[in-house]
Amino acid sequence: MSDDIDATAAKHLRGKYAVVGVGETGYVRGSGCTTRTLGTRAVRSAIEDAGLTSADVDGVLSYSNNDSTFSTLVAGDLGIRLNFYMDVYGGGSSTEALIGIAMGVIEAGMCKTVAIYRAMNGYSQVRIGGTGGRGTKAPLSGGGLFSRGYGLMSAGQMFSQSFMRHMYDYGTTPEQVAMVKVVHSEHASNNPKAYYQKRVSVDDVLSSRMICKPLHLLDCCVETDNGTAIIVTSIDRARDCRHTPAVIQSVVGRCSKPRADNHYQSGPISTVAGHYAKEILWPNAGLGPEDVDITGSYDAFTFTTMMQLEDYGFCAKGEGGDYVSSGITRLGGARPNNTSGGHLCEGYTHGINMVIENVRQLRGDVDDSCPIGSDGRRQHTYDYSEGGCRQVKDCEVSANLGWATPGTGSAMVMAKGG
Amino acid sequence: MALEGEYLDMAVYVDDLDQENLEFYSFCGNGELRLQQCSSCGLKRYPPTTACPWCANPESSWEPVAGRGTLYSYGEVHHAIQPVFRQFAPYMLLLVELDEQRDHPAPYDGLRLTGNLATADGDLAPPELVERVGIGSRLKVVFKSIGEGIALPLWCLDEDAEQPAKPWRYPS
Repeated sequence: MSDDIDATAAKHLRGKYAVVGVGETGYVRGSGCTTRTLGTRAVRSAIEDAGLTSADVDGVLSYSNNDSTFSTLVAGDLGIRLNFYMDVYGGGSSTEALIGIAMGVIEAGMCKTVAIYRAMNGYSQVRIGGTGGRGTKAPLSGGGLFSRGYGLMSAGQMFSQSFMRHMYDYGTTPEQVAMVKVVHSEHASNNPKAYYQKRVSVDDVLSSRMICKPLHLLDCCVETDNGTAIIVTSIDRARDCRHTPAVIQSVVGRCSKPRADNHYQSGPISTVAGHYAKEILWPNAGLGPEDVDITGSYDAFTFTTMMQLEDYGFCAKGEGGDYVSSGITRLGGARPNNTSGGHLCEGYTHGINMVIENVRQLRGDVDDSCPIGSDGRRQHTYDYSEGGCRQVKDCEVSANLGWATPGTGSAMVMAKGG
Repeated sequence: MALEGEYLDMAVYVDDLDQENLEFYSFCGNGELRLQQCSSCGLKRYPPTTACPWCANPESSWEPVAGRGTLYSYGEVHHAIQPVFRQFAPYMLLLVELDEQRDHPAPYDGLRLTGNLATADGDLAPPELVERVGIGSRLKVVFKSIGEGIALPLWCLDEDAEQPAKPWRYPS
């Protein structure tokens, strides 16, 4: 990749911005309220977590697939006077990209502190998988003939060819990939707010019904209703906030393979956007995958986690199946992935809950069932057995790997603030 | 003029503003698989686009391709989302790499066309046919008429071609 891709060559934003607040509603099926309510509750919770008030926040960003509420409504409900807001179209890969935008607009002097939220009734209203017949009755237009005309509509259907080709090119097995779900279910069993908290086995995954080869039901994420939010501000302001800041070292936003519209026309489809994104992520962060303590590799499907970890360089090309089945990604392993249980188990948010989890991990204050001490902090036991602790010991550096499609991804490195 | 039709109980309407798709599907309606070929760099492309993905030139002509290729990858839908497809499950989502322009303009590039596995008559393939097809299978295009002057390209086994002894399929 050419040098001029290194957009932040001076790297003057490394360490200059931080995530200072995180918040969410429950991850449920049947929220019983609007996305406006979910968004408002999540942003309020994140502001409170940061130790701020609505008066401290003057920017709001959101993302959706036309299935959510607008920043102006959430800001209005919370009494936030806006100096900047924007509602962006898109699902997965939006979180890290919007964090980059937040850093940019604060750097430009357009506002001081930005709340980013995703509010969705992903089960009660617009189901991401398309189940329930969403859009199935509209006439087939020119572009639609290439997709719905072929019964090609959901994310799982669209990605299946990339997953299958990875198996063909590298000998990746169903058993290896099923371990992603197994490991994330272990993590979720230690997360009281996860939608699925039951641990599953490789057999459970492989004997669940086939949805779209190579995806069984348990290779696919859960659909839930939830509001989720984070607060981004400059490092100077971050130091006045309640918690140890999660300091942003590097961001990549919606980096794409050639022909982002039809990625499968170019190059081997068993390689995903991380192949390009890593050339921005690691140099700008000033570190590499070997320096990372925990990962949040997007798990819309078991395969997305595996392919991204591979293409971002956590293992050699083609060895993603070995990596995710080796135990490395488990709590107690060398580099746990999605310690909340992620999209496969905790809840579906298009990526932001994996950032929230890593912020809490870097604080050393993840919300498991460990007892709370007199200082108000959890007394972590580091016993990762079922129902136990999920705090990673000495967690200093995290990486989030967001996925939109095989052709587009975003990423972020954060480090524990001093 | 817009193209109208119906396929599997779904209305089909290609708008008269959508020139690229109108032309593509009109050729299909005439039993021809044609792709846009850039007037400048000479590369063909798929699906129809408004300019060349390699050199940005907006000018192109529609050139015929043989409609034969190798299965590059696939998905196999067992849980159909669109109600009308449920009766055909399991059905295959194919990515067929054409014989033309393979590994061009760069290694691992190719003209990869989407579509379903069908019988030689253009009906969606029955389960026993699905089980015979995998990565490496040799396929050829078949056109399913879906209205006056419009057809949908699908893929069937190329019975004239030499087939791999055992095409690669998901281990079941």
